[in-house]
Amino acid sequence: MTVFVRVFLKEGVLDPQGKAINDALHRLGYGEVTDVRAGKIFRLEMTSAEPGAALAAARKLADQLLANPVIEDFTVELAPAGAPR
Amino acid sequence: MSAPRVTVVLFPGSNCDEDALTAARNTIGADARLVRFDERDLKNPDLVILPGGFSYGDYLRSGAMARFSPAMDSVAAFASAGGAVLGICNGFQILCEAGLLPGAMLRNAGLRFVCRDVFLRVETKRTPFTLVLDKGEVLRVPIAHGDGNWTADPETYRQLAERDQIVFRYVDASGDESGAANPNGSLGNVAGICNAQGNVVGLMPHPERCAEEILGNVDGAKVFRSFATALHAHRT
Repeated sequence: MTVFVRVFLKEGVLDPQGKAINDALHRLGYGEVTDVRAGKIFRLEMTSAEPGAALAAARKLADQLLANPVIEDFTVELAPAGAPR
Repeated sequence: MSAPRVTVVLFPGSNCDEDALTAARNTIGADARLVRFDERDLKNPDLVILPGGFSYGDYLRSGAMARFSPAMDSVAAFASAGGAVLGICNGFQILCEAGLLPGAMLRNAGLRFVCRDVFLRVETKRTPFTLVLDKGEVLRVPIAHGDGNWTADPETYRQLAERDQIVFRYVDASGDESGAANPNGSLGNVAGICNAQGNVVGLMPHPERCAEEILGNVDGAKVFRSFATALHAHRT
């Protein structure tokens, strides 16, 4: 089973990378972009046969390692069919 | 009076370990040794230093991997028993990731790796590393980091200030806080903090790089001498 974990800096925490990318997009003329947040995506291949168990395990490990709860939030989801490998 | 026993923990990717050993030996005559990340025996130290560098290549987040090293279990036990721990640069990042110090590190606000001298103001004398310094004293110490933008939620920061846990702040040469004096955007110009008991201290600047005449600056030696004084007071 494949699970995606997405990690972003919390709302309100300054994201210097996202801001730099946002500024670069504006220099390229993409004025319709009003904000960019840069984050990380992890694709986990897991042995769990049951989606609920896979997601629960992913939440636990994300909280323990993949994200730093002091500054980051995360979401977990099952990989949709046809997701890039 | 036996020499202070200093253990420097060597992680894969540490690069200031020898500097820390040398500074400890040459400033306070320490009986200093390296202990590897995969060892559990810290060799009965009076002081543990987590050195600067790029442990585990800064994978995931700076310091995030190092906290799972066997040696860090021993460091956590040593710290909770009141042992003195000094985290320098990457060592500070590791202490935050390990939960031994509050807060976390963000990328420098200017996005650049910053390598230059900065000025630090001593905010408290309560730690073993600032005991012989004066509150308000200004030190010139180099920094070299890309992820030194320390932050914490407002309540945590308020408690740190209230409980005298902010040890160093970035200031200008005359000791005044200003945005321009802050090299990385850290909250409240924080350069170093301690835990509630004061025995665990982390700072981004490198006192071991300015601890001897031959290095052109000896301000960093005061941090080591302070520890020797604190240890002597503790022993007598």
